[in-house]
Amino acid sequence: MTIRELVEILSGKILVENHSLDEEVPRGGAADLMSDVLAFGTDRMVLMTGLTNPQVVRTAEMAGINVIVFVRDKKPPHETIEMARDSGVTLVSTGYTMYEACGRLYAAGLAGRGPVKIENDSW
Amino acid sequence: MTSHEITPVQELIYTTRVETVMATNVVVLCPSMSMAEAKTLMQNKRISGAPVVDGDRVVGIVTMTDVIRAMELGKLDSPVTEHMVKEVMTAFKDASVIEVVNRLGREGFARLPVVDRDGKLVGILTNGTLIRALLHEMDISFQKKETEKIQTYRASHIFQDILSDDTSVVLRFVVDDKDFSNAGKASSMIKKSLQRIQIPPPIVRRVAVAVYEAEMNLVIHTDVGGEINVDIRPDRLFISAVDHGPGIEDLQQVLQPGFSTAPQWIRDMGFGAGMGLANIKRCSDMMKLISEPGAGTRLDMIFVFGENAAGVVGGSSGKKS
Repeated sequence: MTIRELVEILSGKILVENHSLDEEVPRGGAADLMSDVLAFGTDRMVLMTGLTNPQVVRTAEMAGINVIVFVRDKKPPHETIEMARDSGVTLVSTGYTMYEACGRLYAAGLAGRGPVKIENDSW
Repeated sequence: MTSHEITPVQELIYTTRVETVMATNVVVLCPSMSMAEAKTLMQNKRISGAPVVDGDRVVGIVTMTDVIRAMELGKLDSPVTEHMVKEVMTAFKDASVIEVVNRLGREGFARLPVVDRDGKLVGILTNGTLIRALLHEMDISFQKKETEKIQTYRASHIFQDILSDDTSVVLRFVVDDKDFSNAGKASSMIKKSLQRIQIPPPIVRRVAVAVYEAEMNLVIHTDVGGEINVDIRPDRLFISAVDHGPGIEDLQQVLQPGFSTAPQWIRDMGFGAGMGLANIKRCSDMMKLISEPGAGTRLDMIFVFGENAAGVVGGSSGKKS
């Protein structure tokens, strides 16, 4: 799925555009817990979240995530937008809830990362 | 949906906003001016048209064509409001350049007054200002790319260029406490530096996540901040996060996934779930936590790459320090 298709499916609005809209998004994920994003995020994926503080962008940058979608039409503060501009993350907002945003993308064929295995020792 | 290559110029006109390419020193006419005065002003300023402005509103536009027509009618002494075009096509300052390019091109307008969302005149766009600004932007982005290339080349060759038995590069970063909005700055710099040195991308990703978790710990849990040291060798990274904060009472307890002492406001921000150290352990090839109450904390991490990587991941041979 390209970023362009993703934005269309979510009837979304691009807040910060740091990638070509024709770039492929290989996977999707959703979390409000940044530790989960750091643990389970995969390269170049799209992250759906209800949090809008600047650390969400920082977390995405660290986890190699290209696109963040803010659900429920949440407007990120100025600092979040600025940080996205600097760190090369693309920001999108959608009016759908987290559940519905994920559902629409999944139904359109955007995969998740599959079952997550947590080993006793390393987790 | 047609997929085609987007040229750098196309990318620029799609991503650049009108306000960055417009001219801000707009020559304007007031409604009370005569066409003769407008003609003199435009000749002196060497322009072929100007908006008529009442207060800060654009009420019309006068071009040389209008001046010639007034001349032919012998009415150069009449006010500009009689001869100006009243339906003025304007552009919003936050619109993308692609919109105005279409207007200037297809609809044949030579100039577009630029207004803000309140309708106030803030600048003007002509083919000339557009081309000049785009060339300037292209030049900047080209220079940036070239500079990054040179910096990457230089940085990635440091291990070949420096003569020694064993070369290591040490980077030091200071982390302020409770400075939540700046948290992650060190990690961001570390990630960029490692990319520049051309450490393999999967390693960079693991380091970025681990270092970011460690940096968040310094921000959240110490009252004095701390520092992160990155020791880069040709085949491995030694990274330590050191603070002189309160220290940790029970080391076994903090290593338990889910254990956290983070305050509620940190949790509201999506952090402090008690998974940081577990995540660092998972990302690094070796992790060691040393702490004593009142004596600060030291977290050591090792990341191995190149030929030695396989022997250490998951094995016990990595305990080198």
